[in-house]
Amino acid sequence: MRPRSPFALFSLLALALALAFLVLPIVAIFADVSPARLIEALGTESAREALWLSLRTTAMAMAIVIAVGTPAAYLVGRRRFRGRALVITAIELPLVVPPAVAGIGLLAALGPRGIFGGALEGTGTELVFETAGVVVALIFVSAPFYLRQAIAAFGALDGRPLEAARTLGAGPFRAFATVAVPSARPGLASGLALAWGHALGEFGATLLFAGSLPGATQTAPLAIFAEFSRPDGFVAALALSAVLIVVAAALLLSVKLLGGDGLGGTRRAR
Amino acid sequence: MSGCLELEATLPLRELTLEVSLEIASGERLALLGRSGAGKTSVLRIVAGLLSPPSGRVSLGEETWLDTAAGLDLPPERRRCGLLFQDYALFPCMKAWRNVAYALPAPAGERRWRALELLERFGIGRRRADALPADLSGGERQRVALARTLAAEPRALLLDEPLSALDPATRARARRELDVLLGALEIPVAIVTHSPEEAEQLADRTALIERGRIAVPS
Repeated sequence: MRPRSPFALFSLLALALALAFLVLPIVAIFADVSPARLIEALGTESAREALWLSLRTTAMAMAIVIAVGTPAAYLVGRRRFRGRALVITAIELPLVVPPAVAGIGLLAALGPRGIFGGALEGTGTELVFETAGVVVALIFVSAPFYLRQAIAAFGALDGRPLEAARTLGAGPFRAFATVAVPSARPGLASGLALAWGHALGEFGATLLFAGSLPGATQTAPLAIFAEFSRPDGFVAALALSAVLIVVAAALLLSVKLLGGDGLGGTRRAR
Repeated sequence: MSGCLELEATLPLRELTLEVSLEIASGERLALLGRSGAGKTSVLRIVAGLLSPPSGRVSLGEETWLDTAAGLDLPPERRRCGLLFQDYALFPCMKAWRNVAYALPAPAGERRWRALELLERFGIGRRRADALPADLSGGERQRVALARTLAAEPRALLLDEPLSALDPATRARARRELDVLLGALEIPVAIVTHSPEEAEQLADRTALIERGRIAVPS
């Protein structure tokens, strides 16, 4: 890429500045932690527990987000109805709500003294200080990332292959599952990668709603904060951060590659 | 033999009101001739079940597909009415043979070889059958789409400008092939076209649509 005009040069400089700023903290973490220290950090029981809990809860949250979010996004993406803009705004609202406010909101709705707290207690379901509570908090903060992308992906689909599927004998669900979802897969994968990455790093809502109990609700970001709060815990926090970055990057890359998201400009055939 | 296809419908469109009444006998080919925007494609969409008019009736033989007075409107998947879209509407993520297999009413284990066999009859060999629609030529796409439409064993066939997406050189050959193919079918066939020449070669009779109405039934 060779800049041909002053504006092109300016754009290139802006890109370089943005990249440097975004990458610097991540590089600094790895610069400060030797590979030996990284492996040592992984060897501690608490780190492994926190990481495993993060992987389990985010995987559960993503499974629920995909199962509920995909058909919901299909409806919003393909249909034009009164109040659609309002529905989209409501879906996007958690994106602009501070995580701590999200945690308080979840407590007010689903906590022991919340609106549905009594009903949940009646079914024997407990969320606060429980792993299930972590999953609920993760769904709340990460689902909008998936939904936004999925709505856009379904909305951009050519409708004629979907109609063709119906004339070939496919019911609405078969047309959705076999034509719409595969066609929208790059967008869905991109949304999933964003949502999963956000869920892996979620802190505030989980802390306020589910607490930070090692083994039950203390996910990797909460464990990092717990280490950081100890007088000599900075290095351990740094090492756990590095591990979380590696895991998150690997997950994002896998999801994008599985979705055929054009990392290498490839098309996937079935 | 599947019976006579009958249609009566009134549908307000953006710039005109479609008011049509048609009958196509089993084995007969009717061309719907008209300019762009005359409402030709809307007629096909009503018959296929993709468009619901506020008032109308569609039936094939003894079976009623749409009767607005009785509140009946069968969804497209229950009509078994084949529709070849103008741009073919192939599934972009599926290989050519999978596009055809999708429509085959056959057990999963048989679909691949039956799709390949059908494609072979339409002049698409094994190697091309493994290509994605985007990698096929215009003529190949048209043949895959036709094979897919007929794979579903339709009881009526609707063709929306079947040759318009082809280049002139391919069009002449495709028109001859299509003529032979349609001649062998024993179901009602409606062909939308804006070319009188195509209408004459492909159809037994022609109905002219002007501003949403059948102007000259012949």
